[in-house]
Amino acid sequence: MSLFNEEELKKVEEIKSHYPQSQAALLPVLWMVQEKEGWISEDSMKYVGDLLKVSYEHILGVVTFYTMFNKQPRGKFHLQICTNVSCMLRGGYDLYKYASEKLGINNNETTKDGLFTIEEVECLGSCGTAPMIQVNNKEYYENLTVESFGKLIEDFKNSH
Amino acid sequence: MTKIILKDIPDLHKIDVYEANGGYQSIRKAIKEMSPDDVTNVVKSSNLRGRGGACFPTGLKWTFMPKQTEKPKYLCCNGDESEPGSFKDREIFEKNPHQFIEGTLLACYAMGIKAAYVYIRGEYFKWINLLQDALDDAYKKGYVGKNILGSDFSTDIYIHRGAGAYICGEESALMNSVEGKRGYPRVKPPFPAANGLWGCPTTINNIETLATVPEIIKNGAEWFTQIGAPKHPGTLLFGVSGHVNKPGVYELPTGTPLMTIINDVCGGVLGGKKIKMVIPGGSSMPPLTPEECLTAKMDNESLKEFGSSIGTAGVMVMNEDTDLLKVLIRIAKFYYHESCGQCTPCREGTGWLLRILKRIDAGHGRISDLDLLTSVALNIEGNTICALGDAAAWPVKWTIKKFRADFEACVSKDDVDVPVLNKVHSMR
Ligand SMILES: Cc1cc2nc3c(=O)[nH]c(=O)nc-3n(C[C@H](O)[C@H](O)[C@H](O)COP(=O)(O)O)c2cc1C
Ligand code: SF4
Ligand code: FES
Repeated sequence: MSLFNEEELKKVEEIKSHYPQSQAALLPVLWMVQEKEGWISEDSMKYVGDLLKVSYEHILGVVTFYTMFNKQPRGKFHLQICTNVSCMLRGGYDLYKYASEKLGINNNETTKDGLFTIEEVECLGSCGTAPMIQVNNKEYYENLTVESFGKLIEDFKNSH
Repeated sequence: MTKIILKDIPDLHKIDVYEANGGYQSIRKAIKEMSPDDVTNVVKSSNLRGRGGACFPTGLKWTFMPKQTEKPKYLCCNGDESEPGSFKDREIFEKNPHQFIEGTLLACYAMGIKAAYVYIRGEYFKWINLLQDALDDAYKKGYVGKNILGSDFSTDIYIHRGAGAYICGEESALMNSVEGKRGYPRVKPPFPAANGLWGCPTTINNIETLATVPEIIKNGAEWFTQIGAPKHPGTLLFGVSGHVNKPGVYELPTGTPLMTIINDVCGGVLGGKKIKMVIPGGSSMPPLTPEECLTAKMDNESLKEFGSSIGTAGVMVMNEDTDLLKVLIRIAKFYYHESCGQCTPCREGTGWLLRILKRIDAGHGRISDLDLLTSVALNIEGNTICALGDAAAWPVKWTIKKFRADFEACVSKDDVDVPVLNKVHSMR
């Protein structure tokens, strides 16, 4: 299996040069895998293990430790809804319940069409603009209301 | 009003604007006119204390690094920022990244460090990119990399993206995470200055701490000690959230009265309601009652009076309609989720705290549960490898102690004879 193309392999070499030991490149390289594949499969872990000379067991341990690494495929839009205290005070759970009911799924579940996954997440460091969500580990959507969140979900549906 | 980091200068995040406003002059001055020890000494006499939560004196920390050593030395810049209620470092990445980079350079110069890793929480994808852009510009202009400003001082700065683990903000877990391992905190001693990244001398500082340093070098230690509270001088980036009209990040001198922050800076409590509780420094810090809020000043020494600390200066305001049981459950859930599981008291205790609180919420609570919760908290506190255990114990212990009546109202008055209670004595 060759997961990475030449350009990506060059990038891996560049990342390795940041550290005195290649194992330190593990998190950045796992991020590259997830960026490319959407999640991190057993095969990918073995591939990364060969690439960085790290055992599969070690990598499995790392992947299962960090919540942002997806151990299974996610929906096209992974809605990460913060329900920690500052968001909760401002309606974080209302957002969560709304999404759960509208999409008919529970925490960490994906809709049948593969479009949406919802996940209740811990504080995202955006408490001043609560309630808020993150989508696909990237974009933040802040100062949401149930209405604006509903519109956002519609927009995602239509953009697909 | 003195602002050290979030200055009112448009486009300060751009390198040429930063330079035009005196940026990168401190590192120039240090390289040209000061020895590494001079830099450490200025930071030491400025009495700058770490902004990552523990308030440790920064200059003193820097002196722990060995001077004579064969091994490479490292700096870790802590931008994990995952304590609920904290959202200040991201403001620095966005508004003034170069001042943070310059502070990192000064720290590297002072301690003879050739590589710095900026650890940023994985969720801060956008801010990682913003910092990377700033870093690329700084490299291009010769401020970072080989032979900085034509001198023989060289240092590299790399960003290391986390992947969603609060515990990686703890300094030794952070180092393990940089090494490509699970974020397990290490047993101390040995301390990082002796045995850190890859077994080499390492210093860990918070992003805000480092971003403050260039101004101290520029204006002198004396200038800095005169801002804010004498024992904890300077400014803090207060992240105010919850029930206020204008939540956000505000830079204010240490020692600013809490009510000034809530009423004057943040436009008062949402809906003109009364305050029920305020957490002054991120979710692990003991809360303040409405009466305490009236006199509380926001620096570490003043908050000690109320059994609390400044933490990350993340101020969480809750109005009179807030259900404190629900708040405490949510906090307990967080620490339960984030415990790395190495120590039994933390791994098991955080679960017990959550389950007992949920039992109360389900209507099956009894008065003795309040003492049981306190007992579990006391058995976690001080008995673990890292301070996450304490962080989980404090909110439970202190919220029940300070708001006992609220919790008594949630439980049945009829006590139940549970054997474990024999050993428990009330906190009251
Ligand atoms: C569970 C836990 C989480 C922590 N999270 C952070 C964090 O996100 N950012 C941070 O700067 N310090 C955090 N700290 C404190 C660090 O261990 C360390 O003391 C700090 O980064 C030192 O920087 P300073 O001296 O500049 O404050 C955390 C500590 C613990 C115990
Ligand atoms: S106190 Fe908790 S988080 Fe810290 S090392 Fe022990 S189990 Fe892990
Ligand atoms: S509590 Fe939701 S971003 Fe902090």
